[in-house]
Amino acid sequence: MPELYAVMTFMLIGAVIAVSMRGLLSSVIAVGAVGLGLCVMFLFLRAPDLAITQLVVEILMLIILIRATIGRGVSRIHCESGIWIGASFMLFSGVFILAACAALKEIPDFGRALMRVSDFYIKNALNKTGAANIVTSIILDFRAYDTLGEATVLFASVMGVLALMRKKGRKKTDERDEPDC
Amino acid sequence: MDIVLFLTGFYALLMKRNLIKKVIGFGIMEYAVNLFLILVGYRSSGEAPILDNKASDMLFVDPLPQALILTSIVIGLGVTALMVGLCIRIYQHYGTFDIAEIRRLRG
Amino acid sequence: MSLIVKRITRYTVGLILLYGIYIVLHGHLTPGGGFAGGVIISLSFIHFVLAFGRKEAKKNIPEQFLSLGESFGAMFFLAIGLLGITAGFFFLNFIANTGTPFSLFSAGTIPFCNIAIGLKVGTGLFAIFIVLSVFKLSGEGDKK
Repeated sequence: MPELYAVMTFMLIGAVIAVSMRGLLSSVIAVGAVGLGLCVMFLFLRAPDLAITQLVVEILMLIILIRATIGRGVSRIHCESGIWIGASFMLFSGVFILAACAALKEIPDFGRALMRVSDFYIKNALNKTGAANIVTSIILDFRAYDTLGEATVLFASVMGVLALMRKKGRKKTDERDEPDC
Repeated sequence: MDIVLFLTGFYALLMKRNLIKKVIGFGIMEYAVNLFLILVGYRSSGEAPILDNKASDMLFVDPLPQALILTSIVIGLGVTALMVGLCIRIYQHYGTFDIAEIRRLRG
Repeated sequence: MSLIVKRITRYTVGLILLYGIYIVLHGHLTPGGGFAGGVIISLSFIHFVLAFGRKEAKKNIPEQFLSLGESFGAMFFLAIGLLGITAGFFFLNFIANTGTPFSLFSAGTIPFCNIAIGLKVGTGLFAIFIVLSVFKLSGEGDKK
């Protein structure tokens, strides 16, 4: 499917720009472009629920990230981390690619999904629940326990942010610049 | 191609010294994982899983991964918000986003 | 923010809020549901704060509303699940087949769950934004 490859290339270029740009604000905008590309991918893969949710969550994530980086726009370039971390990254990515190639032979080909459990959900969504949207009937009727777990995680993260930002900050004693390479 | 996206995010998480770059790398890894699970559940010439008044024997794509990834997208937002809150607090305490400086200044 | 932004915000805040409520309520008929609709509701409040500033927002959106809204959303969702607990069921959709399919009143407890989740997610994410934006960082705005 050529349009999937085109959007995927756009996302990869955006991700490489986001990782390697100097200015923090530009990296954040590039991550926004990657998220938008992902929303278009969801539309091509016939998942409209996910496309709506991904779009609005991307907008909110951009607002929060820009809030964190707005006072500190251009950071001076950092050296990469040391050589041990570089070697361990190479080792991990080698192992990961080998394992992924072995695992990708096991799952069915692209376009022919095994739908053992979903056949039951598709056949019985209308007469057991009466909802026309099958994804909503899965998350709120057949598997509502997972949605309860998600509500709890969101609640905990909101409490965490509110607890972190509680006291007024005190002034730091001396200014530190970010280092050059 | 999805694996390359994941490794790009992982590179940013591991090898960059700026804390905000690490948060960005984490976000890119999360996009890659969500995309992979939806790619597994795709059926060619399937339709979006929404029923209609018309003929009910259409071929649908797999709705179960879509339900789980819907949950995962919103949880990813909550986790990123918490990480950004931590970064703001760290900047306020140490004055920099660089982790080598922070390790040197600890205490 | 300038006058043009303030003028247009007066009109668009209500429209965005209405669109979010529409997506929450029709979650069982069209794509969307509680989570996407809740995020859109919180985006409408954020739009108001970004255009008018924090002081104006504090007058119009009281803070009790945020914490009450989030707690009630979570408790309402849990209460819907626990309604059948005496008979041994958890999250049973017991009014599932009353009402005609493909209409607004059709799918049992699903619209109520969507409303509870939309309220919770909307107010929770707006609370995160308010807390992250009023916290003034020391060192911001100083000359380096």
